[in-house]
Amino acid sequence: MTLDSLKPGSQCYTKKITAKGKLNQRLIDMGIYPGLQVKVIRNAPLEDPMEIELGGYCLSIRHEEAKFVEVEG
Amino acid sequence: MNKVLMALAGQPNCGKSTVFNTLTGANQHVANYPGVTVDKMYGSYRKNGVKVEVVDLPGTYSLTSYSLEERVSRNFILHDKPDVVVNVMDASNLKRNLYLTFQLLEMEIPVVVNLNMMDVAHRRGVEIDFDCLERLLGAPVVPTTIKKGKGKKNLINTINKVGLSKKKEHGIKIDYGSMEPFLDEIEKMLAGVCETDYPARWLAVKLMEADDEVEKIIRRHSAAGFDAIKARVKQIRRAFEAESDELPERHIAYARYKEADRIAGESVSVKRKEASLLSDKIDRIVCHKIFGPLILVGVVYALYHLSIVEGYKLTNYTWPLLAKIKSLTAAIMPPPGFMTEPMVRSLALWFVDSVNALLNYVPIFFILFALIAILEDTGYMPRMAFLLDRLFKRFGLHGQSTLPMVLGGIYVGGCAVPAIMATKGIPDERARFATTLIIPMLNCLAKIPLYILMINIYFAQHKGLAMMFMATVTIFMALPVAKILSLTILKDKETAPFIMEMPPYHLPTIRGVLGRAVERIWLFLKKIVTIVAAVAIVIFVLMQFPGLTEDRNAHYADETKIAKESFYKKIAGNPYAEYVQGDSIMALILYNERYKKARMGIKNKEKARTVDARFISENENFFKIVKPKKDKQAKKLNRALKKLISARKRILRQIKAEMIDNSFLGKIGRSLEPVTKYAGFNWRVNVALLSSFAAKESSVATLGALYQSDEEGETLEKRMEKTEKDFTPLHALSLLLVMALFPPCIAAVLTIKIQTGSVKWMLFSMFYQMFLGIVVASFVFTVGNLLGLTGLQAMGIFFCMALTFTIIMGLINPRHEYQ
Repeated sequence: MTLDSLKPGSQCYTKKITAKGKLNQRLIDMGIYPGLQVKVIRNAPLEDPMEIELGGYCLSIRHEEAKFVEVEG
Repeated sequence: MNKVLMALAGQPNCGKSTVFNTLTGANQHVANYPGVTVDKMYGSYRKNGVKVEVVDLPGTYSLTSYSLEERVSRNFILHDKPDVVVNVMDASNLKRNLYLTFQLLEMEIPVVVNLNMMDVAHRRGVEIDFDCLERLLGAPVVPTTIKKGKGKKNLINTINKVGLSKKKEHGIKIDYGSMEPFLDEIEKMLAGVCETDYPARWLAVKLMEADDEVEKIIRRHSAAGFDAIKARVKQIRRAFEAESDELPERHIAYARYKEADRIAGESVSVKRKEASLLSDKIDRIVCHKIFGPLILVGVVYALYHLSIVEGYKLTNYTWPLLAKIKSLTAAIMPPPGFMTEPMVRSLALWFVDSVNALLNYVPIFFILFALIAILEDTGYMPRMAFLLDRLFKRFGLHGQSTLPMVLGGIYVGGCAVPAIMATKGIPDERARFATTLIIPMLNCLAKIPLYILMINIYFAQHKGLAMMFMATVTIFMALPVAKILSLTILKDKETAPFIMEMPPYHLPTIRGVLGRAVERIWLFLKKIVTIVAAVAIVIFVLMQFPGLTEDRNAHYADETKIAKESFYKKIAGNPYAEYVQGDSIMALILYNERYKKARMGIKNKEKARTVDARFISENENFFKIVKPKKDKQAKKLNRALKKLISARKRILRQIKAEMIDNSFLGKIGRSLEPVTKYAGFNWRVNVALLSSFAAKESSVATLGALYQSDEEGETLEKRMEKTEKDFTPLHALSLLLVMALFPPCIAAVLTIKIQTGSVKWMLFSMFYQMFLGIVVASFVFTVGNLLGLTGLQAMGIFFCMALTFTIIMGLINPRHEYQ
């Protein structure tokens, strides 16, 4: 399962980052790493991007980017 | 005196700029880092006999080589070697902030850890054991709530202490676990073959991360053996990957987070969980599916209304000041003659007019800049980007293009200068360039006078409709152009992932907001106005030279003579005639002008009497002629004088028109006719468009000079209609479209130069717009003519075409680079 497929309100744990290069680095630098509890807060009015909460702060991320974060229930 | 060079580093939203402002006060400057367009904020302060130079590094989450800001920060630390780096942190988000701290410590520089925003941490029930944290990090820790001045003294003392000790520090050493043997191997390999003064372990970690910039450093310091080193590093990376089944850069980052987790676990305790409840509640409305867009429209409207409408009212108070500058200049310069104006006088007045046209925007800009600072400080900007990213992304733009487009005049009345300045916030280089390049196509305030002029003459029956067309069609031209640019010429520009923080909402401080507004106004004055003034002079020369031929001069001298003769004939025998002989006549004309100006707008009788008294004491006889009251002879002379004045005005106007006609600019305008005829423009329109290069307002003023009338007080609308008999609404539409697309004003073009840091892009932005403008206008005019369309029909059809084209361009979805 990947992060982009989650509906607002659902929670999950990050498992793996599968991106490369710049996106990989950016995802990590913004605080995404395996074993983190993530909550999907909402989608934007036009559905994309989505807003997620992790450990006390919120990120906005496009679905095409969230696709590179594997998660599990 | 002791000197300390200090750098401020920290992640975004940690209150770093508040720390910078509190420490340096008003003593701040902006410059660019060498070769790049990232702002370098620096300042200084003195405390306890120590002068501290402060450089505020850009806020970054990390210190890799992937983004310009991160590269700039890192290079500053590496090459300028600050005596101390203050790492400002959001105390309530310690764990994530430590990620950057580790990277600073790894560079083996003296670091002071500043836990800022302690009040927020307290509110959220976050308790931090400072001694424990200090011990674990191996660097001094100073808690502050700088916004309220708490902890400032302690911070300053610690900076002095660490900064003056001038020794290399070794803070915490991160345990990279299974990677350690690989790092050792790289370190050993570098020792001997590559001598640098950078920390060896840091180099090794960076090489494992495959950092390009560090590879370049190694290349510089290892003349011959570089290829061998590079190959060996590649081998070691591969070996690690094979052993651990993970990319080295990921392993490194995860190790840092693990360490941050451990340190936070030992030194931080969270009493109750209440993570920014208020921000969450606000976001439920601000990012709501229906209310979100409504609030966005409201914010945009308020931004327009307060700056453009209310700010424009403010110019009613500031304009008299600028007018005063002009009248003072006029008073110092040599007075005009009967049919000639001394060159130095016309130049000075033109110069003041051009600069005033820009300075008049200062109140509007000030309000605009202050409002933007408020939007930035509250945290609404990321929400704006969140709401609109999907829409803009379709056209190669970015969520954060919203603000620049709003400022540029997405509807009616913006200004390209602050808009292009605001593109700085867009992290994606390709989207930033695309936004910058389309902003001049939006409806800036200065295009409006020409719109109104043309619509009043040629679309008088459908004013509202035509204005609506202009207000909306520009965005349907700008969006597809943005998409085309990003698919073609901008294809190779760097892009950046969108992922961004949605920080909690903050109350902005008055100081922060006003400070930023003043700083941006200053930048505008310093960089833009000076060069606009220079260009104004160039255009002046192009409009004045080579001037009239001797023949024509003689012709006007004759006309002058005739006018004067007729005047003297009329007043022959008049008792006042003796006062207006010879040079006195010119003195009287100027006296009359000055008196009229002085009395203008004065309704108060008392004041009027004082003005009169002043003019009577200056020249009693002139006053009797200018204001004859019941004196019959004086009245007669007054009538003759009025005739003479209007004759003089007519001659002056004709000279001016002929001068422009004959000038270099006029010649350029004529030589362009073969091209512009397809758009329906004759040389007069060409000259108006060329002159608008200094400032777009000039276009109407130039048309005013070109369309002359013998009847006093006839409006420009009437005069233009009379002179251009075969001008149709289709011509007007073509001109409107060109005005919307083509004339880039020099101020906007210069801002593009400043923001992109490149003359090449500046020139490109100018020429592609000229090209686009002339092509679109020619298309509309030529095709419209062939099909025999009326202006209104052509307008409607063009609108539908632009809209359809926009939709088609929006549907083109290039394969994304992540796939």
